[in-house]
Amino acid sequence: MTAAATSTSPPTSRGGQSGVRLARSRRNAELSLLLLAMVLVAAYGAMVEASVLDTVTPSFWVPAAALSAVFLGLHVAIRFLAPFADPALLPAVALLNGLGVGFLHRLDLARATPSERAELATFAGTGGRQLAWTLISVALAAGLLAVVRDHRSISRYAYTLGLAGIVLVMIPAVLPPSISEINGAKLWIRVGGLSIQPGEFAKLALLAFFAYYLVRKREVLSLASRRFLGVDFPRGRDLGPVVVVWLISLLVLVFEKDLGTSLLYFGMFVATLYIATERVSWLLIGLVLFFGGAYLAYVLGDMIGGPFANFYLRANIWLDPFADPYNNGYQLVQGLLALGSGGMFGAGPGAGQPLKLPEVQNDFIFAGLGEEIGLFGLSALLVVYLLIVERGLRAALAVHDSFGKLLAGGLAFTLGLQVFVIVGGISGLIPLTGQTTPFLSAGGSSLMANWLLIAILLRISDAARRPVTGGGSPSARPTGGPPEQLHGAPTEVIRP
Amino acid sequence: MNAPLRRVGLVVMVLFGLLFANLNWIQAYKADDYRNSDYNGRVQVAEYERKRGNIEAGGTALAVSKETDGELEYLRTYPGGAKYAHAIGYKPVNLADTGIEEAENAFLAGTSDQLIGDRLRDLVTGDETAGANVLLTISKQAQDVAYEQLRENRKGVSKGAAIALDPRTGAIQALVSMPSFDPNPLASHDSDEATAAYNELQQNPDGPLKNRALGEVLPPGSTFKIVMAAAALENGVTQDTKIPAGPSWTPPTSGEPIGNAAPSICPEAEVTLMNAVTESCNTGFAQLGVRLGADTLKEKARQFGFEQDDLTVGRLGEDGESVAASRTGSMENADGSVDPAALAQSSIGQRDVRMTPLQGALIAATVANDGSQMRPYLVSQILGADRTTNYYTAEPDELRQPVGDQVAADLREMMESVVQNGTGRNARISGYTVGGKTGTAQAGPDTPDHGWFIGFALDKDGNPVSAVCVLLEEAGDGGSAEAARIAGQIMQAAIASPGSR
Repeated sequence: MTAAATSTSPPTSRGGQSGVRLARSRRNAELSLLLLAMVLVAAYGAMVEASVLDTVTPSFWVPAAALSAVFLGLHVAIRFLAPFADPALLPAVALLNGLGVGFLHRLDLARATPSERAELATFAGTGGRQLAWTLISVALAAGLLAVVRDHRSISRYAYTLGLAGIVLVMIPAVLPPSISEINGAKLWIRVGGLSIQPGEFAKLALLAFFAYYLVRKREVLSLASRRFLGVDFPRGRDLGPVVVVWLISLLVLVFEKDLGTSLLYFGMFVATLYIATERVSWLLIGLVLFFGGAYLAYVLGDMIGGPFANFYLRANIWLDPFADPYNNGYQLVQGLLALGSGGMFGAGPGAGQPLKLPEVQNDFIFAGLGEEIGLFGLSALLVVYLLIVERGLRAALAVHDSFGKLLAGGLAFTLGLQVFVIVGGISGLIPLTGQTTPFLSAGGSSLMANWLLIAILLRISDAARRPVTGGGSPSARPTGGPPEQLHGAPTEVIRP
Repeated sequence: MNAPLRRVGLVVMVLFGLLFANLNWIQAYKADDYRNSDYNGRVQVAEYERKRGNIEAGGTALAVSKETDGELEYLRTYPGGAKYAHAIGYKPVNLADTGIEEAENAFLAGTSDQLIGDRLRDLVTGDETAGANVLLTISKQAQDVAYEQLRENRKGVSKGAAIALDPRTGAIQALVSMPSFDPNPLASHDSDEATAAYNELQQNPDGPLKNRALGEVLPPGSTFKIVMAAAALENGVTQDTKIPAGPSWTPPTSGEPIGNAAPSICPEAEVTLMNAVTESCNTGFAQLGVRLGADTLKEKARQFGFEQDDLTVGRLGEDGESVAASRTGSMENADGSVDPAALAQSSIGQRDVRMTPLQGALIAATVANDGSQMRPYLVSQILGADRTTNYYTAEPDELRQPVGDQVAADLREMMESVVQNGTGRNARISGYTVGGKTGTAQAGPDTPDHGWFIGFALDKDGNPVSAVCVLLEEAGDGGSAEAARIAGQIMQAAIASPGSR
């Protein structure tokens, strides 16, 4: 397995495009789904205008058309760069991204005075900025697809990426609060008018490193163990990296005052560890460490305050949001009220009062949407997220190399976990933390990072579904070229 | 690695299942709680999407909603300012509504079931038809005079109330409580400003938010003698019956002598009931009360409206602003037997007897209206947003009949004598017959006396046109005379106003 890092062989199946296409590329399905998603986005825009402006302006379709152009560009790029990529990913993400832009535009309309509303340009306001960010993010995603022709080449830079990830995580913690703190969470780098959330990118970098590291270490982590209470526990020295990541995530919790990010990193690591080793013990250790750490932070926050005070406060707000509804509990209370006011069917696009919500363009966008599209709409959005995650996992299942499996599985799980953390946070399921809602929240960092994540998933799913010259379906093929030998099949054999 | 990947897929499913279950809990099960939560500002925004109906009196709008650029579409404004504050109440964004704004909220806001026609039409046209308009019985002229005269009373009193009503219908012609307040800042959309304004009013020791005309209960002093005189007339005493009087009288079992306001008042051993009322003879009424007994006194007061604690003033047959109960209070010893000293003091409106200005006006109105007490009301009409659909017109309603024709006629004569020859001369209006009764109520050892006047005016055909009660709190000497003067002015304005018959 040590050869994985140095694998430089080109993708084996590049010739497959011109070969016998046993697996269909399904690009036309992607195109139809994408167009359907854009029709939905345009319809959403029209409904918002009908509700907020009492009329549908002749230019209601412009944002949807601009988005369509951007996504169609990516679609075309995929046709050339990753023709066998999963056809559901792009339309699903485009739908979320488009609704996000539409909702942010709807917020701009609500903020504008009636006289200003008519002149609100397509690229003005939060919605316009988000549209511009979408353009940049999608271009980056296409660029990634163009540059990384084989996902395994990412593993060459694993250590660089790991270091970069840690640095990115640490920057906001080290910077003075005036630069890094927004709403009590130190997650930002604010330079001029621009706010960057380095953690969003760190997530990807760290995950690439985890995947590489675990592929190398998986045998020793999974085989060398002691049995205790019927569960195989790893040896003490093998615990090292886990403990390091645990400490990092706790440091994030304490110094960046953000439970969500901490939970995200740690969950990401434990999940990849589990996927790599297939050991339930890692899950147990991970859960015990995390919840033990969180409980300790809570107790310490109660007793000594200091850096733990923020976490203690947030946990208490979660336990009883209505105890202090105008100050500490204000955000969560308003989120719950918005969701409750929406009820089953919602007030209708544009008919709610999202401006009652603090941070409605960021953390609380799901609650703001929930007021207008109701339980049914939110359930549909959750299903779309679930679809993206499960499609990512499917790519992980189908791809042949271990690195690809870990990377795709980890990315898909991280995306799902992030949705869980923020949606669970604003709906009072878990303590509220400042996470962005992937593809919906306003903000360039989050959008770019998540589109890069999708690009990687597209790349891996392309590799997974790409037919191989010489016939045989990919799943039936026992071993392929050298990279598969290095990364994939043999590792499956080791584990009995 | 595929097995754990599948399990991770399962974990994600479970996590999303939890999210879904939790959203169901919030958006379906708890939705109503959250939707109607006190902390939910949406309720208000929705409320302010429709133009609220006007509150008007005599063709003048007193509460109007004006369109704004803000999140709340309409701003409630009160062009009448402090003058009408207590008559109409106010409608703040976050604080509690009061007065007519509260009582008629369903019509004003357009949510009343009776406005279903407007709402159905809105569904079709997509417009938001404004709420219905509430027209009050208030006479602009009478209200102007009541407000100005109270504010600029010659005793420099800062607290008081005046209320005037039409004895034949119960329609309130003027309602002023002093000090008053400007309701406009309270209706501000800036909740900090509204709260600051409210807190300032709330902390003002003079209690400007209190509606004294309906809610203040103070000893009525000699105005209560009208109730006593009614009881006497029903128990074999006539206007000309001589009752025991004297410069001073000490009730049995009590060392506290009861005297008169001045040595010139009823120093003789006996006076006629007529004179006792005209001069406001304390010693005469104290002895009369002890003779009639506590039960008779209490029963008569109850028949005039004392002890009623569920009277409201607004629309007839509907809720309105609550009126505090007037009470005769305790006249018993600890063992339950009647304490003659307490009874004697209660007979001249002291001790534990308490009365609202409205109750005072109702007593005068009853006397003027041949013994029939009409239910007081403020809302005369409710007009739809189109100003043609009429949803309600007041149909005056008798509240009770405290005394018969004859007793009422006798009381009328005695009260007229008070204004003609006695303590209430200030209330005279040329061309009209005015009757009334002054009251000077002891407030406490170090507090100046309260000045009261209750009275009525009859036109030249003998029809009652206005009854009034004026209270000047802690006015000291001459307070009741000033109250009588203000009462005369208010009634004169009420008579002159176009609405009066």
